Amino acid sequence: MGMRKVAVVGAGMTKFMRRAQETGRELAYQATKMALDSCEMTLDDIDSVALGTAPDAFDGVHMKGEYLSDGAGAWNKPYMRCYVGGGTGVFAAIQGWYQVASGLFDTCLVVCEEKMSSCKPHPQGAFLTIFDHTTERALKPNLIWIFALEMNRYMTVHGLEKKDIARVAVKNKRNALDHPCAQVAADITVEDVLNSEVLAWPVQRLDVSPTSDGAASMVLAAEHVAKRITDKPVWIKGVGWSLDTAYWTNRDLYYPKYVESAARMAYDMAGIKEPRKEIHVVEPYDPFDYKELHHLEGLLLCEKGEAPRLTADGVTARDGDMPVCPSGGLLGVGNPIAASGIMKLNEIFWQLRGEAGKRQVPGQPRTGLAQSWGDLMQVGCVVVLGI
Amino acid sequence: MSAKIESFPGTPLSQADLDAGKVLTTYWKPKLEYGWDAGVAISRYLEELKNGRIIGIKCSRCRRVVVPPRVVCEWCWEPMNDWVYLQDTGTVNTYSICYIRWDASRAKEPQFPAVIWIDGASNAGFLHLLDEVDPDDVKIGMKVQAVWKPAEERAGSITDIEYFKPL
Ligand SMILES: [Zn+2]
Repeated sequence: MGMRKVAVVGAGMTKFMRRAQETGRELAYQATKMALDSCEMTLDDIDSVALGTAPDAFDGVHMKGEYLSDGAGAWNKPYMRCYVGGGTGVFAAIQGWYQVASGLFDTCLVVCEEKMSSCKPHPQGAFLTIFDHTTERALKPNLIWIFALEMNRYMTVHGLEKKDIARVAVKNKRNALDHPCAQVAADITVEDVLNSEVLAWPVQRLDVSPTSDGAASMVLAAEHVAKRITDKPVWIKGVGWSLDTAYWTNRDLYYPKYVESAARMAYDMAGIKEPRKEIHVVEPYDPFDYKELHHLEGLLLCEKGEAPRLTADGVTARDGDMPVCPSGGLLGVGNPIAASGIMKLNEIFWQLRGEAGKRQVPGQPRTGLAQSWGDLMQVGCVVVLGI
Repeated sequence: MSAKIESFPGTPLSQADLDAGKVLTTYWKPKLEYGWDAGVAISRYLEELKNGRIIGIKCSRCRRVVVPPRVVCEWCWEPMNDWVYLQDTGTVNTYSICYIRWDASRAKEPQFPAVIWIDGASNAGFLHLLDEVDPDDVKIGMKVQAVWKPAEERAGSITDIEYFKPL
């Protein structure tokens, strides 16, 4: 297809926090500076910048792309901003990837930022416009409804109990104890999840990731540049993204077909035939515990309805056969929406380079995957990384 | 790199910091108003709700009957203009029992949001609420029927159906 090889050569992120002292642009600067420093590059070495962040109404800042441009290092450079809800982080990385893969630029910074604490009294209010203004908003919905509805459908179709799902929250929050940026790392039990406040059955307090402030960045480079910068480039082997119908009440929510489409596109590009054997470490999008399971199935890493059993058997533990969310995920590290997708890619980058410290999965993984999900529960974005 | 870095940037604020007034915050409470036009397909849908009927629309290529109606089949990209009256009964495709309000505060009474697949449509339906149901009895697959507002109170809105109740 005439595409150039693209490597991730640097990664950076801020702590993920309930409320940060820094502004959004200050967070964007901190994460981006760390990413450049990590590969001994300066802004002069960067050809273009791809930014991901939530819509203006979310922060009450008009033209948020422009607002964040100084922190993102975008001045006097080709700059673009993208947003696909929770899918934004991995989507922004894909935007950066084709700027380099196409031959247009040799280097690209990918920057994602979110400061959710600005929205009062709770950022849930800013999400209400995702519901159809005429046919749904008159019912006075709240955001949690759609997740609760999807979770119940998934549980019922497969005959699952809450405890089958709660194990994901327990695993990820524990994994996050080893992540220096984690906001809600905790050593909890399945009982704690089952006894936590019921928000919208079956969703309980500890099934849900928090709202967060934070930023995360990565540096992408074409092959000839990457080899000058580092002797440990991590290659973007495949990318995929896909959209399902926005008429979400007209499809069966038990299975994310659009994630499967995105995964198949990425696997084809990466030459992956048997994902379960060839993907060694996985960071699926986990804003809710059931979403990790739902996404593992959509990613074809197990059969439909099988992910809870893999979790119960320890297959997805950090030292398991297929480690899932060794970072601690959104459930443990936190969920500053766009930045959380880059946090996942950074985790795979560190895991494949053997630099994940206490979080390092055993067995010298060579191929990993990060996935994000968003919009009206119908966007899937997948990136396969490899060394 | 992660393993070599001792401290990551970012300064978390605690509630104590906020209580002690250590943070300067500027507030703004916008008053935004919008008026959304219903458009071609949804206008007909709302008119029929006012008449106490649920109407869907059929694709001339894939033969799918969908509700809410739309002017184009998003899968076939064919225009849709074959209107079909549906039943006011259906099946609970999924539901939730919600104890919080839109701003995450606690609700007094739980609500039962549900996706109801409408009889006569092709595995399609819409978001609405259930009522006259016990939390222990509500089930996916349950048959339900619309409870309409009295004709003189209907306004051409999805809320012309007050809720769905078990059949
Ligand atoms: Zn059609």
